[in-house]
Amino acid sequence: MGDRSAVITGAKAPGTFFAVLARNWSFFFLLLSVVVFSFTGRNFFALSNFQSIIHLATTSLLLACAETFVIISGGIDMSVGFILGLSAVSSASTMQVLYAAGWSPIACVLLGIAVAMATSLALGFTAGMLVARFRVPPFIATLGTQGIAIGVAYHICGGFPVGFIPPGLTEIGNGYLLYLHPPTGAWSFFARPDGIAPTQIREMVRVLPVSFFFIILALAVLWHLLKNTRFGQHTYAIGGSMDAAVRAGINTKRHLVFVYVLSAGLAGLAGVIDLFQAGTGNYTSFGAQAELFAIAAVIIGGASLSGGKGRIAASAVGVIILKVLENGLNLSGVDPFYRYIAVGLILIVAIVIDQLFPDLF
Amino acid sequence: MGYVLEVRNITKRFGGLVAVNNVSMGVSAGEVVGLLGDNGAGKSTLIKVISGVYKAEEGKIFFMDKEVVIDSPMDALAMGIETIYQDLALAENLNTPANIFLGREKMKKALGFLNVLDHAYMQSESRKILEKLDILIPSLRNRIRALSGGQRQAVAISRSIYWDAKFLIMDEPTAALGVAEQKKVIDTINLLKSHGIGIIVISHQMHDIFQVADRMIIMRRGEKVAELITRQTNADEVVSLIVGAETVIR
Amino acid sequence: MTRRMGLASFLGQRWSMAFLFLELVLFSILGGGFFSLNGFQIVLFYSTTLALLATAQTFVIVSGGPGIDLSVGFVMGFATVVSAKLAAGFDRMGLAPELSLLLAISITLAMGLLPGLVNGMLVARLKVPPFLATFAVQGITYGVALLLSSGSAAINVPNLANVIGNGYFMYWVKGRGFSFFTRPDVPRGANVFEVIPTMVVVTVLVVAVAAFVLKRTRFGRHTYAIGGNIDAALRAGINVKRHLVIVYIISSFLATLSGIIYMLEYVTGKADAGSAFMLDAVVAVVIGGASLFGGVGSVWRTILGVLILSILEMGLKMMGVPTFDKFIAVGVILIFAVLIDQFFPELIHKED
Repeated sequence: MGDRSAVITGAKAPGTFFAVLARNWSFFFLLLSVVVFSFTGRNFFALSNFQSIIHLATTSLLLACAETFVIISGGIDMSVGFILGLSAVSSASTMQVLYAAGWSPIACVLLGIAVAMATSLALGFTAGMLVARFRVPPFIATLGTQGIAIGVAYHICGGFPVGFIPPGLTEIGNGYLLYLHPPTGAWSFFARPDGIAPTQIREMVRVLPVSFFFIILALAVLWHLLKNTRFGQHTYAIGGSMDAAVRAGINTKRHLVFVYVLSAGLAGLAGVIDLFQAGTGNYTSFGAQAELFAIAAVIIGGASLSGGKGRIAASAVGVIILKVLENGLNLSGVDPFYRYIAVGLILIVAIVIDQLFPDLF
Repeated sequence: MGYVLEVRNITKRFGGLVAVNNVSMGVSAGEVVGLLGDNGAGKSTLIKVISGVYKAEEGKIFFMDKEVVIDSPMDALAMGIETIYQDLALAENLNTPANIFLGREKMKKALGFLNVLDHAYMQSESRKILEKLDILIPSLRNRIRALSGGQRQAVAISRSIYWDAKFLIMDEPTAALGVAEQKKVIDTINLLKSHGIGIIVISHQMHDIFQVADRMIIMRRGEKVAELITRQTNADEVVSLIVGAETVIR
Repeated sequence: MTRRMGLASFLGQRWSMAFLFLELVLFSILGGGFFSLNGFQIVLFYSTTLALLATAQTFVIVSGGPGIDLSVGFVMGFATVVSAKLAAGFDRMGLAPELSLLLAISITLAMGLLPGLVNGMLVARLKVPPFLATFAVQGITYGVALLLSSGSAAINVPNLANVIGNGYFMYWVKGRGFSFFTRPDVPRGANVFEVIPTMVVVTVLVVAVAAFVLKRTRFGRHTYAIGGNIDAALRAGINVKRHLVIVYIISSFLATLSGIIYMLEYVTGKADAGSAFMLDAVVAVVIGGASLFGGVGSVWRTILGVLILSILEMGLKMMGVPTFDKFIAVGVILIFAVLIDQFFPELIHKED
């Protein structure tokens, strides 16, 4: 059946992380957007803004990585958005209950995370089994687990964000590596320097959010997994030709289960991160479009819904582009209503350019 | 009996359809057996039973005189039974070395503890085997998608040979090839023959079969209708057996 | 060759109908009210929007690619806003209600072709993946709709809309006989039988036409061909590019129609009116047996999927099940549905 939109790319060697970035039109498009918004946006070209973009993009990046693996394998995962929500809600609830019962904060947090991950992995396993052993189309299987995730999440939280969790989470989640206070010269790692009054916070400069380290590490690990391991190689193979993979002796059934477990696990992780960042467990983080957003980012990054193509770096760039567009338009004073239009138009223009001039980059 | 590979009374059904009906045959070391028959005769199904893609409902398989169970392609490959399918079973989105090493990738240690794919090794090994078979593929890094039919066939063949097949199955190996390339394939088959590898070749090209096969087995509608020694038969007889109604065992 | 045609196989082949029947029975017992004329009509009435959206999606999914139209929900919303605003506007200008509505509807239908045209051009001529193309167009359409409605619901639509939208095809009053389309003037308390909401009739007609087009016309057959094997379709001489553009225009048109009907039913226009239906539409198509890769699918079976979903939703609501349990239920049913589809064919179609 093939992918109608496939562009023959010719001989392109597998490359390092940065080589891949450079080869992708989307990266240059990102740079272009940054340049444009620097002129049109208020405080766009500022350290705090860039860091904020990355910080807030952390969960989306994880979801996009999840989708990258699934889409390369020839499938699609519609459940990641709500598994994120379920994870946030279930971990928050666990922590809330245990904390109220007097457990130590550390124990609460660890157990909360464990619960969240367990539920996410279980859902991923379900989807994987459905796809691999029962040959349920991935779209359906993951819609099914999505439904279960929403339902369970709602039951846990009744539609309200879950609060009253152990203190300190947001400080970790929103922490920065280095805090500087130029007027007084005070600085410290990981926490606000002592002696800074709340009124002086505005003058503080924060460098490198903790999320940044986390996401760089995550991206590196996932990139390695996809590019350098048998698991990654086989994922591409299965997506490219299931027959070839089967006949080459690859245990495709087991592999596919892993792929969906991985995807759900990343979504669960994203949910935990969301909790740390937001301080409360929300069952839907960005509304029902989270998975569409992630999938779009992955496709912008060059993957194809027919499978066999895709890269972590490119997907990450896809996410950042979408986030930068939102952020840039916002800071440029574009009306929220126009923002939808603008993002849509810009996307179309960018894709069209890519399709019309595939050799430009 | 001295067969490298032997199948006895193999029957394979798909629902109500009997694709292979009580077929028995064997191949000795260094022997090439041509498997012939019209479309739907059951040839592809039979070899897929041997290569592990299908599991027969009835019958036994013997490899090196020992009874074996082949439940999956991995089992067959582990025993040294390599198959080159009609559709080549290559992953178009991967390059040549990736395909040759598909499922059996070579790893190396990076940074002391990480297991990573050893691309360099796989590439050089691929280059070696392609050169040995006198096959020209300009850039090994190109995706298979960019190669011609003949080149793809070459990659598929190289894959089987690289892994030290003890038994090789080839389904329509010369189908999409030009004359020069066909000759290369024939030469390769003869070369493998001389190494003592047992080979089954499915082909519609009567000419090729007569060139390489020592014996021929003809199937029709799932059954074995004839077993001939190449030297003792001719094209006409073979064709009539493929389409006709005789049953001949010689 | 054995052929087993026992009851199990017979039911298995028609599992979706059997399932639908089971649902009806189940909910009637548990919640009451389905097996009544009124009950049926309510279900059909509430299914109209989803039915049209799902039909739109059917065309796109069948055309393959993998094809999907993410914009249908928001084109629908757009249509509600545009038609509502136009109707209100014309009304304010002094035109008769009938004329206002007629103009509003016509203009909306015409405008509704545009998103489809854009989608089609992107996918067919510029080879943009359908997912991305419709994703982008969805955003644009939503933005425009929001702009036009300034974020709030559009009101002041002439009451004629309500009369049409919520009217019935046929009324029967004891002693007075039948009357069509208009509610007979009766003294309060008199018994009026309402038969088949007009909007349902309209929807059924449109769906029937769509089904006919897809199943029995050359256009429809070409759609299946393109979805099944685009190379073969190209080589058979089909103008695939133009065909795909038309497919997406049809999708957009049906979505627009869906929006207009919504506007008539609820007498209001909301930009996000269709967002909830988006996924349900695809689900309905898949329950109806379509393959997301294209080449397989049918409008009537999609409608079956729509009914299954609608009845499920209404049934659960009637039983007082909280909304989000519906999602669990849908999730489980979905999986269950496809599993049956996998296993039963294996029991029946043994001669393959």
